[in-house]
Amino acid sequence: MSTKRATREAYGELLKELAETHTDLVVMDADLSGSTKSGEFKKVAPERFINVGIAEQNLFGIAAGVALSGKIVCASTFAMFAAGRAFEIIRNAIGYTGANVKICATHAGITVGEDGATHQTFEDIALMRTIPGMTVINPADFISAKILLKQAIDTHGPAYVRLGRAAIEDIYSKETNLEIGKGAVLRDGKDVAIIATGIMVSEALKAAEMLSEEDISARVIDIHTIKPLDEDIILEAASEVGCIVTAEEHSVIGGLGSAVCELVSAKAPSQVIRIGQNDTFGESGKPEELKEKYGMTAQAIVDKIKEEMF
Amino acid sequence: MNSSELALYAKNVRKTILSSIHEAGSGHPGGSLSMADILTVLYFNHINIDPANPMMEDRDKFVLSKGHGAPGLYSILAEKGFFEKEDVLSLRKINGRFQGHPCMSKLPGIEMSTGSLGQGFSASVGMALANKIDEKKSKVYVILGDGELQEGIVWEAAMAAAHYGLSNLIAIVDWNGLQIDGKNDDVMRVTPIDEKFAAFGWNVLIIDGHNLQEIDDAISTAKEKSNAPTVIIAKTHKGKGVSFMEDNAGWHGKAPNDEEFAIAMKELGE
Repeated sequence: MSTKRATREAYGELLKELAETHTDLVVMDADLSGSTKSGEFKKVAPERFINVGIAEQNLFGIAAGVALSGKIVCASTFAMFAAGRAFEIIRNAIGYTGANVKICATHAGITVGEDGATHQTFEDIALMRTIPGMTVINPADFISAKILLKQAIDTHGPAYVRLGRAAIEDIYSKETNLEIGKGAVLRDGKDVAIIATGIMVSEALKAAEMLSEEDISARVIDIHTIKPLDEDIILEAASEVGCIVTAEEHSVIGGLGSAVCELVSAKAPSQVIRIGQNDTFGESGKPEELKEKYGMTAQAIVDKIKEEMF
Repeated sequence: MNSSELALYAKNVRKTILSSIHEAGSGHPGGSLSMADILTVLYFNHINIDPANPMMEDRDKFVLSKGHGAPGLYSILAEKGFFEKEDVLSLRKINGRFQGHPCMSKLPGIEMSTGSLGQGFSASVGMALANKIDEKKSKVYVILGDGELQEGIVWEAAMAAAHYGLSNLIAIVDWNGLQIDGKNDDVMRVTPIDEKFAAFGWNVLIIDGHNLQEIDDAISTAKEKSNAPTVIIAKTHKGKGVSFMEDNAGWHGKAPNDEEFAIAMKELGE
């Protein structure tokens, strides 16, 4: 767990690699190609890179048209302006038409950091997962981001891939087998199951380590695909472990926590504690400071588990 | 096809529009009728499509960005033989293919699902861009409403189309001057439309949108352009062809009752 890399870096690296093999891949951006890393594709395949300027609604409208002409489109901007500003265009022009567009949205969540509240989205997973047919992916690290992005690109249909700005620890190895729609048990445990997504997976692993020192055995599950949700892995945890904690860098309303509650309340009623942004806006600060202030750290997970369950 | 032949088809299109909306009990006659002549000229004299092979490679594409004009689009597609005219009478009915706004997965000949204004235009820019990337000669046609021009995305798309020099894109504005709440000029002024598009870098043509020859000539001119996208601003009358619907915003989204329908069909003639 030494290397720290941002998931957006994985996106840029993958695009560069695919430029040659995926001749029907078109990459788009709205004036943030340096930040989102879509610009890596422009360096090697400028004829298949489209910058629409600062116009996120048009980004996804054009993306739909390009995709419906037989292309695979990766369209990028910050998550706030993709899922938020362009929601209805994504819903109607991409979701409803089933256009083959991968919305590769970067700078999601609190770890945007210094840019502050207007740029920190905690609503995108909630919004995207309500769109019929939309696959929603939130990778935990560089390696899984690259694997899952590649699968998304090679699978026809709309997908939302949530990527981050900040460098985070690698938790997977290159040889890992990951599959869209299938969660991964990263650590077994019998007292509590921490179901995490995105950057909170590494926090969950750290929390499990801390809990083990107090003889609390925590299972850690990476739900990198929030839709379609891996019901089996969650129901198994609900029946075998009983206590569930969800952890996400997203609002506790509408995201992974809600998805898990929706599932277990119907099929395996159990206690679910949701950790995430607690119905409040963010602010400026360093990513680590913000994670601590808004309760999205390993320590916060440990404290919550001890407070609520033991 | 010459103007007198086209006029017959345009009349048929208007009749199917009215029949289907009357049958549905709701729908948008005003803006369907105002673009009936444009659709007729476009589909019979210009668009390269094959009803027997709707997904033909290298076909031209048409996007109805003003998706509420769906009955107009269904009617012209029926005239072209994509389906039977009688089929269109299931407009807006449950389990039907003829949705209130066009749905591409339900019907052949629909290139883009539209209804939320401005998005079809944006998607048409994407289609034209894809053609350009693939060096295809085919054209993309798109019809917008004048009220639709109030949507911000329209101007984002217009800017992009000019920036990328999409001469393979031909937009037609159905300029009937009316929208749901009244006159464009009272609700939110959109004029001067020509100067706006010109300032965005488009070729601009202004025509009488009910003069079949003018429509035909304008589209022919637009197809020859190689520098920039072209917009044809077609001055039209909402509800054209039915005296009591003409230039009346009240007929934007209302179905005729039995009596009104009978009068309208009589006015259109045999």
